[in-house]
Amino acid sequence: MNGINPLIIAPILLPPFTAAIMLWLGEKHRPLKGWLNLASTLLGLLISLVLFVWVQQTGSSGSFGVYLPGNWQAPYGIVLVVDHLSALMMVLTGIIACCALLFALARWHGAGSSFHALFQIQLMGLYGAFLTADLFNLFVFFEVLLAASYGLMLHGSGRARVSAGLHYIAINLLASSLFLIGAALIYGVTGTLNLADLALKIPHVPEADLGLLHAGAAILAVAFLAKAGIWPLNFWLVPAYSAASAPVAALFAIMTKVGIYTILRLWTLLFSAQAGASALFGGDWLIYGGMVTLLIAAVSLIAAQRLERMASLSILVSAGILIAAIGFAQPSLTSGALFYLISSTLALSAMFLLSELIERSRSANEIALEDDVDLLPRTVQSLNPPPGSNLDDEQKVVVGQMIPRTMAFLGLSFIVCALLIIGLPPLSGFIGKLTLLSALLNPLGLDVAQDEAVRGNSWALISLLIFSGLAALLAFSRIGIQRFWTPAERPSPALRSLECLPIVILLSLSIALTFKAEPLLRYTRDTAAALHDPQQYILSVMAARPVPNPSTAQEAQP
Amino acid sequence: MEEVIAIAIGVLAASGVWLILRPRTFQVVMGLCLLSYSVNLFIFSMGSLFIGREPIIKDGVPQNLLHYTDPLPQALVLTAIVISFAMTALFLVLLLASRGLTGTDHVDGREPRQ
Repeated sequence: MNGINPLIIAPILLPPFTAAIMLWLGEKHRPLKGWLNLASTLLGLLISLVLFVWVQQTGSSGSFGVYLPGNWQAPYGIVLVVDHLSALMMVLTGIIACCALLFALARWHGAGSSFHALFQIQLMGLYGAFLTADLFNLFVFFEVLLAASYGLMLHGSGRARVSAGLHYIAINLLASSLFLIGAALIYGVTGTLNLADLALKIPHVPEADLGLLHAGAAILAVAFLAKAGIWPLNFWLVPAYSAASAPVAALFAIMTKVGIYTILRLWTLLFSAQAGASALFGGDWLIYGGMVTLLIAAVSLIAAQRLERMASLSILVSAGILIAAIGFAQPSLTSGALFYLISSTLALSAMFLLSELIERSRSANEIALEDDVDLLPRTVQSLNPPPGSNLDDEQKVVVGQMIPRTMAFLGLSFIVCALLIIGLPPLSGFIGKLTLLSALLNPLGLDVAQDEAVRGNSWALISLLIFSGLAALLAFSRIGIQRFWTPAERPSPALRSLECLPIVILLSLSIALTFKAEPLLRYTRDTAAALHDPQQYILSVMAARPVPNPSTAQEAQP
Repeated sequence: MEEVIAIAIGVLAASGVWLILRPRTFQVVMGLCLLSYSVNLFIFSMGSLFIGREPIIKDGVPQNLLHYTDPLPQALVLTAIVISFAMTALFLVLLLASRGLTGTDHVDGREPRQ
């Protein structure tokens, strides 16, 4: 146990160290910085994997790695904790970061300065946010993550990015202010910022202060929900994500999940079922907010015309599903939601990379990036086919056309990606949705006789889940037909192998998830069980003892 | 003293929110600044307000809570000030970039249709 603990801080220390070397190298040596970045990101992934394996080894749900960076005991100093949930999110971050970086190395990293340093700082913020167990420290890591994301969002410059970036920064600064107000209110009531200590103190808050505590928690939740993309706080998300360059958007696919992670972590710790008067505070808000987000995103998905926009809206769809599923506070549902989170994040990230390659084949003058203004669908081109194209069955000379290899690759990847996002069998998106549906229909588990009837809002979520799948199916089949089946004289895009590799990795991981769903589902079941019974977490954090000072240790020994 | 601080926070926050809802980017920057001031004062006042009390243990002062004030909110405010200052500076750079690229200082990057 003690051997692994210093490794917990490594994912946070490694990226700033790499970023410092890159800044020192300056504007030159771009290939060198690229490979350095890749090596560092891979090392980060490796450390995450070691932690991931480690949390599973020591018992089914009771393993927590606790590290005290300041060597102060728990409620006084900052604590870093790795548990099932953090380890899972870190591995996911590492995988997506590697793939986004590989894609960027082909072309995009040359589009502006300091891409690699910003990328590393973004990773530091992400890893830090997943590891920390202190409310104010969480704020600091959020700011690190956001500061880097502002730079990355503007990478490549251009009018669309700058004006979407302006909104993105303004809304996030506002959300940060709300975060601080919420954290200050909670500190004012409870006198602590340590998450485990908060979980211990909240059941004993006097009744007169409960209103203030709940107001603080609600303000804090608004800040996280704005990042997670709940309606009506998500208007910034679609323009920002569709304007960002492809590798950055792929990395941002994990950013809304940070908001969802924080809600899951804070809500299950602070307002667990054991929290007395504040038990499960605000659960209904999560359920209804998630469902409204899901509905609106699914309807907008049908109306979307561009692939990037559709990918961004799919992020909102998955955010809605996750928020609503978390709100039920039901371990089996949380476990399904975590599986769905992994599968959808991998697929969406691949979709962002893929959409850039697909849209590249359409000539640049066709639709400019800003031209998203007229939202009404255009009539489908094939209704009035261009002269010379041969669509009629009666005509004899139908020339057999060779499908270019690149188009075949893009088409197949698009189909796999779309299947994953829609949640059609046989891929892992389907398994994720199936687990969610089965948990909603059998709240007590499959093998237990169901006494209580399925609740009304479960039925609502079930129908919305199915409706969102239908909406995504409609939207993706239409855009697939438009992009791949319409006859048009256009050169097939030139692809580099570095650009195809990350897509292949992401999609084959998703396919591997289909076959290895059982072990992962077991893992998410353990995670959900540990989340909904936070005693073990609190005990581990509170039991962590600082390392003794070497001089006092020597005195104690003889 | 509580009343004065509360009114000051309220006025700052209200002006900040009003300015954020204005259509020009510079007004939004000023609004975000005012809002972050009010948030900083708010965090500070959460550690309860006293005059002339030490935040850190000092020789000669009896070591009980009656003679000391909470040092943690002060440390938090310091962090929050630095972060919000840096973010505002970044926002200003973007404001200038947006002005240069779009030729207008409207937050949407184009003038509303008349």
